[in-house]
Amino acid sequence: MKKDIILSGVGGQGILTIATIIGDAAAVAGLSLKQAEVHGMSQRGGDVQSNLRLSTEDIYSDLIKQGAADMIISMEPMEALRYLPYLNSEGVVVTSSHPFKNIPNYPDEQALYAELNSLSNVAILPIEDLAKENNIPKCANIVLLGMAAPSIEILTPEQLRESIKRVFASKGEKVVEMNCQAFDIGLNAVKQ
Amino acid sequence: MISKRLLLGDEAIALGAIHAGISGVYAYPGTPSTEITEFIQNNAPEVRSRWCTNEKTAMEAALGMSYAGKRAIVCMKHVGMNVAADAFVNAGITGVNGGLVVLAADDPSMHSSQNEQDSRFYGKFAMIPILEPSSQQEAYDMMPYAFSLSEELKLPVLMRVVTRLAHSRAGVQVTTPITQNALNPDNERTHWVLLPGNARRQYASLVAKQPQLLTSAEESPYTKLHKAEGAKIGVVACGIAYNYVMENEPLKRGISVLKVSQYPLPEKQIKALAAECDTLIVAEDGQPVAEEQIRSMLGAEYNLQGRLSGALPRMGELTPDNVGAALGVEQTQNFTAAENVVPRPPALCQGCGHRDVYDALNKVAREYADARIFGDIGCYTLGALPPFRAIDSCVDMGASITMAKGAADAGVHPAIAVIGDSTFTHSGMTGLLDAINDKANITVIISDNLTTAMTGGQDSAGTNKFEAICLGLGVEPEHLHVVTPLPKNMEEITRIIREEIEYNGVSVIIPRRECIQTLNRKLRQKRAQQ
Repeated sequence: MKKDIILSGVGGQGILTIATIIGDAAAVAGLSLKQAEVHGMSQRGGDVQSNLRLSTEDIYSDLIKQGAADMIISMEPMEALRYLPYLNSEGVVVTSSHPFKNIPNYPDEQALYAELNSLSNVAILPIEDLAKENNIPKCANIVLLGMAAPSIEILTPEQLRESIKRVFASKGEKVVEMNCQAFDIGLNAVKQ
Repeated sequence: MISKRLLLGDEAIALGAIHAGISGVYAYPGTPSTEITEFIQNNAPEVRSRWCTNEKTAMEAALGMSYAGKRAIVCMKHVGMNVAADAFVNAGITGVNGGLVVLAADDPSMHSSQNEQDSRFYGKFAMIPILEPSSQQEAYDMMPYAFSLSEELKLPVLMRVVTRLAHSRAGVQVTTPITQNALNPDNERTHWVLLPGNARRQYASLVAKQPQLLTSAEESPYTKLHKAEGAKIGVVACGIAYNYVMENEPLKRGISVLKVSQYPLPEKQIKALAAECDTLIVAEDGQPVAEEQIRSMLGAEYNLQGRLSGALPRMGELTPDNVGAALGVEQTQNFTAAENVVPRPPALCQGCGHRDVYDALNKVAREYADARIFGDIGCYTLGALPPFRAIDSCVDMGASITMAKGAADAGVHPAIAVIGDSTFTHSGMTGLLDAINDKANITVIISDNLTTAMTGGQDSAGTNKFEAICLGLGVEPEHLHVVTPLPKNMEEITRIIREEIEYNGVSVIIPRRECIQTLNRKLRQKRAQQ
């Protein structure tokens, strides 16, 4: 079994943390994995992406082929669309609804949502609002992970939750708790 | 004891080097190599690992450690090889004592660079072995191998990786570390003092070693042939290209694959594969280094395909898609590019001091029709983009000052240079000395954010020393200014810039304010400790 996931967003939104959690869960589960990311320039408010490949077999390429991605998980709606050529025909797109407008020529929002909604398997959720309402504004990225969890399949939500605990352990109990809460909020939001 | 760890390619290299018993890592930050030194700094306090001022000083210090009998690794991005080249090439002539590995991290597609030069040329140029891992595991395993090879051949060994390996994470089996070498300085002066007489002898020795290098590559455990029964098409897959080839299931398609991970190119295996097949495809990330050499091996008549023939793109990184296309694999694309997507380029952070510098500079430069602003490499290069559009050039580390001088010599006025603090110590000081000695009419702005920011906030070599350095080089005290780049100081700063442009001679203005990223990081760390 394999799962090819593209994670995307804007520098600083916590994409790579999501990748770290999934990667950690995969490693503990004994899966093969490769997770490619581009550092450097992306920190400065540019677009960020990570190619995350999980498999029960050996993996060769660090990069996902066009038309092969099973999922796009995005912190930002336009960034979700950027990788459309990589999505396979049954591919699932899970994205935040909140546009990050740090450029002067950001596309028309309605057109953006229309294009996203034209996809057959898409979930667009206001993760920032959900996070804020629950007093965990900095954990929007983990809410997104919770939303995406049921579609990941090669790992269970429980495995991901255990990984969250490990990854945030060094930041203290309170931080671990907040992120577990964020994960559950996302998980429940998508069940509805 | 064997255990598996999730590591970036860079981290696998770092851990491999630590486990191979290095005593020192010498490097200057540069994407995608930076994480190697950071990992060693954070995980091996017994290894000397302070950042160097530039790649040349790094290469030479590593050579010194090797001279003394201990193992050292030098790390840099591809363009860093250009800076290290003098010492690098001559290290092939002197040879080494303790094992010496030079790690070059190339950047095909120039994700964060000014070009996509291929460091394998340097290995060939210096006539030393090159290793090119295709996976994180291989990068780790190749480290002890590289150091042993270096000590056996008494030559430096170049290891070359690309961004997609350096910045990609995978599971790596790690093994037992070995201890560092003992102090054991080399006594053979004829090897190390490169007077012509000695150098000729050393070069003859290097030339005589070449067959040994070739045999080592041909017999390398990392050179592998996967034969497809009756295959008429063969692929020579170098380094990471091997992954992209294998992703496309060549054996099922009746295509043989020769994995190349050590150079000089294994001629024996390449010629054998060529003899069995009608067509050979060369898959390599970067420039057509192997393809050119294989063309020369097989002659003009052989059907050789690759980046030069158009089977693979001449420029940009390889992907499993373009390699698939070269192998005749049908390309899938369910969705074309989305309509409602625009580029999102990086920008200077909100609150960055460079922003205030460019605001001031733009204001003054507008008053002069012929002003030219020569930029340099760092976060401040982003000043070229909107909304600032402030710089006219950015070529290589330190070129801001020297190009400003050359342009001023030709008559350009005002000729202004903008350089960062780390870039200034890297290779700006020597240019400033030229300008002072020749009384050039330039205004130099050293935008000091007290860090090497673009690569993630590493220590900057000259922090707290810039005024002294400039005065020591000969900048006149009344034409050396330190300011704080904040909106409230705009009037003062623009006045100073104007005055110094009017002054016919070398002026240096140092706008100084800590990078907000490193500042915030320090505050977070402080809070965490409380």
